[in-house]
Amino acid sequence: MTQSHTAKSMTQGEAGLVLVFSISAFLCLFATAKALDTAFAFHAALASAASLWAVIAIGNRYFARPASLPPQEINGRPNYNMGPVKFSAVMSVIWGIAGFAVGLLIASQLAWPSLNLDLPWTSFGRLRPLHTSAVIFAFGGNVLIATSLYVVQKTCRVRLAGDLAPWFVVIGYNFFILIAGTGYLLGVTQSKEYAEPEWYADLWLTIVWVVYLLVFLVTIIKRKEPHIFVANWFYLAFIVTIAVLHLGNNPALPVSVFGSKSYIAWGGVQDAMFQWWYGHNAVGFFLTAGFLAIMYYFIPKRAERPVYSYRLSIIHFWSLIFLYIWAGPHHLHYTALPDWAQTLGMTFSIMLWMPSWGGMINGLMTLSGAWDKLRTDPVLRMLVVSVAFYGMSTFEGPMMSIKVVNSLSHYTDWTIGHVHSGALGWVGFVSFGALYCLIPWLWDRKGLYSLKLVNWHFWTATIGIVLYISAMWVSGILQGLMWRAYTSLGFLEYSFIETVEAMHPFYIIRAAGGALFLIGSLIMAYNLWMTVRVGEAEVPSPLALQPAA
Amino acid sequence: MSFWSRHQIFEKNSIVLIAGILVVIAIGGLVEITPLFYLKSTIEKVDGVRPYTPLELAGRNVYVREGCYLCHSQMVRPLRDEVERYGHYSLAAESMYDHPFQWGSKRTGPDLARVGGKYSDEWHVTHLNNPRAIVPQSVMPGYAFLSQTEVDEASVTAHLRTNRAVGVPYSDDQIANAVADLKAQADPDNAGVDAFTKRYPKAVARNFDGKSGAPTEMDALVAYLQMLGTLVDFKLYNEKANLR
Repeated sequence: MTQSHTAKSMTQGEAGLVLVFSISAFLCLFATAKALDTAFAFHAALASAASLWAVIAIGNRYFARPASLPPQEINGRPNYNMGPVKFSAVMSVIWGIAGFAVGLLIASQLAWPSLNLDLPWTSFGRLRPLHTSAVIFAFGGNVLIATSLYVVQKTCRVRLAGDLAPWFVVIGYNFFILIAGTGYLLGVTQSKEYAEPEWYADLWLTIVWVVYLLVFLVTIIKRKEPHIFVANWFYLAFIVTIAVLHLGNNPALPVSVFGSKSYIAWGGVQDAMFQWWYGHNAVGFFLTAGFLAIMYYFIPKRAERPVYSYRLSIIHFWSLIFLYIWAGPHHLHYTALPDWAQTLGMTFSIMLWMPSWGGMINGLMTLSGAWDKLRTDPVLRMLVVSVAFYGMSTFEGPMMSIKVVNSLSHYTDWTIGHVHSGALGWVGFVSFGALYCLIPWLWDRKGLYSLKLVNWHFWTATIGIVLYISAMWVSGILQGLMWRAYTSLGFLEYSFIETVEAMHPFYIIRAAGGALFLIGSLIMAYNLWMTVRVGEAEVPSPLALQPAA
Repeated sequence: MSFWSRHQIFEKNSIVLIAGILVVIAIGGLVEITPLFYLKSTIEKVDGVRPYTPLELAGRNVYVREGCYLCHSQMVRPLRDEVERYGHYSLAAESMYDHPFQWGSKRTGPDLARVGGKYSDEWHVTHLNNPRAIVPQSVMPGYAFLSQTEVDEASVTAHLRTNRAVGVPYSDDQIANAVADLKAQADPDNAGVDAFTKRYPKAVARNFDGKSGAPTEMDALVAYLQMLGTLVDFKLYNEKANLR
C-alpha cells in the first residue's frame, strides 16, 4: 500500500480506466456516425457520452481525494466501502417501482387493449420484456449486488476489494440496464426470454460481470475469518453460474458491427434447449440462489438467532445447485424436444422439491425461540412470509413440471401466476425485507422511520399478491380446460377467442393485485427516503470519525 | 462427524469452492444439451423444409422485433385437442433453420405454427391493422405502422450471409439474388418470379399488403405468416420412421 506522505499520483487503475474510457468515447462516437440503424446510433451515442462522463468523474474523484487511498482498516476495525452498496440499494428501489409500474401497464393492456395505443414503442410485445427485465435484472439485480457487496464485507471482516472496480460494477451494471431497456422500446431484441438484450449489450454485461466476480472473489480471498460464510457460497454460485449461462445462451453473430441485429448461433431445437437451460436457471441461480443468500444473512441477523442447521445448509447448497441445472426441459414438455430430455427435466424438477424445502425449513426454523418477534417486527414478518412463499412456489413448480399437469398448465396464465407467486412473494418480499434492514445500517440510522408504514406495505402487497395469483390460477386452469373441452358430439367446444373472452374478469383482478403491490412499494420508497432524511442517527462509533464518503 | 468436517475444504478455500460449483453445475447442462448436437434422431428426416426467402426472413425479423412470441406459440403439441385445433403436431425439423427458435411459452393468442394458408392475405392485413375490426373480443395490439415502413433492401444480402454463417444452408445463388428475390416475392408481375420460385420451392409471390411500391414490413410479415407450417407435406410424412 502506498504511504500517506508520498506525492499524489494516479493509481494504475485510475490511469488505465481513464485511457480505456477515452478510447471508448472516441470509438463509440465513430460507431454513432457509422450506425446502420437508429437504435444502434442512439446506443452508441449513449455509450460515448457515458464514457466521457466516466473520464470526467474519475478525474474529478482523483483531484478531490487525498494522496493515499482509503485505508483497509481504521483503529483495527475494517474500513468498509459502502458507497457502491448505497448506490445499488437506491437504484433497486427506483427500478423496482419502474418495473412494477410497467407490469401494471401491460396487465391493464391485456384487460383493455386500447391502452396499447397502437404505437410501436407502447405495444405489449415491446413492453413485456421491459417489465420482466426491469423487475428481474434491474430491481432484483441491484438488490443482489447491493446485498452481496455488503454481506461479503461484513462476513469476511475486510474492506471490499478494488478501488474503482466496485463502482465500475454498480454503474456499469445499471448502464447495461439502460441499454437493454431503451433497446426493447426501440425493438432491439433477440427474442430469447429473459435474455432479450442484443449482442453489444451482452458483451458489455460480460465485462461488468467478470469484474463483479473478481471484486467478490478477491474480497473473499483476503478475508479475516477462517470460514466462508454460507451466504457467500450462494452468492458465489449465483455469480459464477449466471456467467456460464449468459455465455452459453447468447453467442450470436451480428449482421454488421454497426447494427443492432444479430442471429443467434444455435438454431431450432438446440436453441430451445439452450434457452430454457438458461431461462430456468436464471430462476434457479439469479432469483433463487442469490436471494437464498439474502435469506441466510438477513433472517438470522434480524431475528438475532443463528442459522438453524449448519449441516442442512451444506446439503441444501450442493443439492440445490446440482439439481437445478437439469430442470430446464420442463419448459419444453410435449414439444419437438426429444422425449428423453423432457423426462430428465421432469425427473430432476420433482427431485428439486427436496432441497428447496430443505432451504425453506432452514430459513423458517432459524426463528426457533424468536417466533414472538413476528408480532412486533413487520420487517421480520416480511422476510419470513417471503420464505413461506418460496416454499409454496417451489412446491407448485415441481407439480407443474409433471408432464400430465403441464399439458394443462403450459401456455396458460397458470405459469404466469406461478412465476409471480415466486417473484412477488419470494423475491419481492425478501428484497423488501433486506432493504428495510440495509438502509438504516448503511446510513447509520437507529431504525426505520416508521414500522407502521412497513406494516401497511406488508398488508397492501400481500393482498395484492393473493389477488394476483388466485386470479391467474383460475384463469389458467379455466383456459386450459376450455382448450381441451369437447362437446358430446366429439367436437372442440370452444373457439380460441371464446377462451380469450373468458379471461377478461381475471385480467382486471390481476391488474388490481398488481396495483396494490405497486402502492406497497411506493409506501416503502417513502419510508426509506424518510429514514435517510430525518431518521435518528446511530450513536457515533469510532468509525464515524473518518471523513464521510 | 468426519464427513462434515471434510466439507471445510470448501469453506476455507475459495478457489476449491468455485471449482466445486463449476463441476456441479456443468453436469446437468452437458448431459442434456450435447447429445442434441450428435444424436441423429433429434431432428426428423423430412422433405420440404427450406431456408426462409429474403422477404419471409424480413417478416420473421419483424415478428421477433415486435415480440409476437410473447403471446403466440409456434409449437403444436401432440395432444388430441391441439392437433384438431391447429393441425399436425410440430416437428423439430420444421424449425431447424430458425435462429432464434420461436416456439414461445404462452398462448394469450392462438398457436401460429400452422397458420399459413388458413386466412387470406387481406384478412391478415386488416387484422394486423386493427385486430378488433375482425375479431371484436381480441386483446391484440394494432400494427398499422408496419405498412408505412419499407423493408431495408440494402441489408438483405448481409442477413442471408449471416444466417449462412450460423448454419442455415443458403446457396451462393440465393445469396447473390437476395435483393432481386425480395422484390420478386412481393410483386407477382415481376420478371424474376420464376427464378425466385425455383430457388425457393413452395414459396409464393404475391402482393401481400395489396399496395403497389417497394415491399413493406406488412408484406414481409404476412409473407412469413402465410408460409408458417406449410413446408412439410404430411400426406407424405413417414411418422413411424421418425419415432423417437
